Amino acid sequence: MNAPVTDLPLPRANQLTQPFWQAAHEHRLVVQRCKACGKMRFYPSGGCEHCGSMDYEWVQCSGRGRIYSWIVVHRNVDPGWQKRTPFVSAIVELADQAHVLVPGLLSEIAPDKVVANLEVEVWFEDMTPDISLPRWRPIARRA
Amino acid sequence: MSHAKLDGKEIRVNFNSAAAIAGIGWTDYTRKSGRAVEQLALEACKKAVEDAGLKTSEVDGLVTYGIGDTSMTSVVATGLGLPVLHHYADYSAGGNMACGVVLHAAMAIATGQATNVLVYRALNGASGVRYGGSRFSELLAESSVHSDAEPQFLDTAGINMPAQHFALLCRRHMIKYGTTEEDLAAIAINGRAHAVDNERAMKRAPMTLDDYRASPWIAEPFRLLDCCLQSDGACALLLTSTERARDLRHKPVTLRGGMTGAGPANRGLMWGNYWQEHADCYAHFIADRLFAMADVTRGDLDFAQVYDCFTYSVISQFEDFGLCEKGGAGAFFRAGHARIGGKLPVNTAGGLLSEAYIHGLNNVVEAVSQLRGDAGARQVKGAELGLVTAGGATSTGSALILGVAA
Repeated sequence: MNAPVTDLPLPRANQLTQPFWQAAHEHRLVVQRCKACGKMRFYPSGGCEHCGSMDYEWVQCSGRGRIYSWIVVHRNVDPGWQKRTPFVSAIVELADQAHVLVPGLLSEIAPDKVVANLEVEVWFEDMTPDISLPRWRPIARRA
Repeated sequence: MSHAKLDGKEIRVNFNSAAAIAGIGWTDYTRKSGRAVEQLALEACKKAVEDAGLKTSEVDGLVTYGIGDTSMTSVVATGLGLPVLHHYADYSAGGNMACGVVLHAAMAIATGQATNVLVYRALNGASGVRYGGSRFSELLAESSVHSDAEPQFLDTAGINMPAQHFALLCRRHMIKYGTTEEDLAAIAINGRAHAVDNERAMKRAPMTLDDYRASPWIAEPFRLLDCCLQSDGACALLLTSTERARDLRHKPVTLRGGMTGAGPANRGLMWGNYWQEHADCYAHFIADRLFAMADVTRGDLDFAQVYDCFTYSVISQFEDFGLCEKGGAGAFFRAGHARIGGKLPVNTAGGLLSEAYIHGLNNVVEAVSQLRGDAGARQVKGAELGLVTAGGATSTGSALILGVAA
């Protein structure tokens, strides 16, 4: 069976970010947590922005958050993304800790329906057999 | 150097008596120069030296900045035929350093590193490597300078152009302060109104609110007219000691204050504000110190040249430099207070939105023209003190307070 193909950009993991993408491959959203001060941070960095410690661990998040900011993209320099315009790119503030902000694609909502503080949850799009990307969608309201 | 106090501590940072801008030069600003970046840099540098009334061979310092798209100091030193270089610096940086490079040159002169220092920026930003274009995105993905983690998380989310990043910051400001598209339009219209009287400007046709609204979406809330131009061109400034500048061709323009600075967690070229509140920018962290250094108040300013890679960038910096209350920039511009003749004229040459995108250094050149009284039809009457800022709306940037020599 042929591998799924995508014309969208794929992440190129490095030493710092490999655990994030490995977890994403397993459909888990993880962020770094400082072993010294206990605060979470994103995106991956060598030292803690709160206390400067270089000791950290990867922890799984709730996968929930709220829309902190968003844009409706109409023009994109990447041909793969341009084909998908208009789409919504957002910054999600994770429910796990204030000010932990994660950029991501927002799906399953019309661009003109997006509002600040909209509650969202993560899902994973399998791009190749080895690479899955975190995406976000509104948390379904059940009657 | 003068002495000012901040939080009870004395700071020595005012270069009024130490370093001055004695010459300015620029090429034509076009969409297609047909020349190498190196040739643009050399033309602007030679014009700045000539404007000062010096000989090229007297230049012994060079400073530039860019992200792989300017002409390096070694290339320019060679092309100018300089016999010796006592000081040089090549910053890998965006427009956030447009004022910082001038500060660097002043520090080099004040500390005796060099005597006559050229600061320049050259690029084929329309016909060559477009800042924020696909080749630029590729350059960033391959480099570790701006955090090697950044593109992995942004390109995969469809965020790979400066317009998108700044639109995300702008949206946050809209959420918090109710900023509207009319506010953004007022920034664009203000710069264009000034560019009408600027022979250097690439866009000189007046802009109306209808023109603004008719321009296509790039990344909502940004339209095309919220975005700066793409330009081929170069500009340069020649700095020397204030004492020496007094004997040269023009009235010296001195640095009353200068800073580069940043807030916390500012890593990343485009994602530079992800920890602090997005609606605050670097100016929030440096403004009070900058004015204390210069020993002036906001009310003393005769004009401001505010870095305008996007309309929103002006709102963000104008507020965080304390030039109006937070959330009040839109109303200030809509009321016409930023026009020449208004309370505080802003971007008197049209800025990056209407003059050209020479990455912010052209805004410094305009400040010098104003302070010399050489700005012609767009001259701010009696201009003696001006603020120049550099930094999009993220948490890193630089700024200068320039004045006529005291």
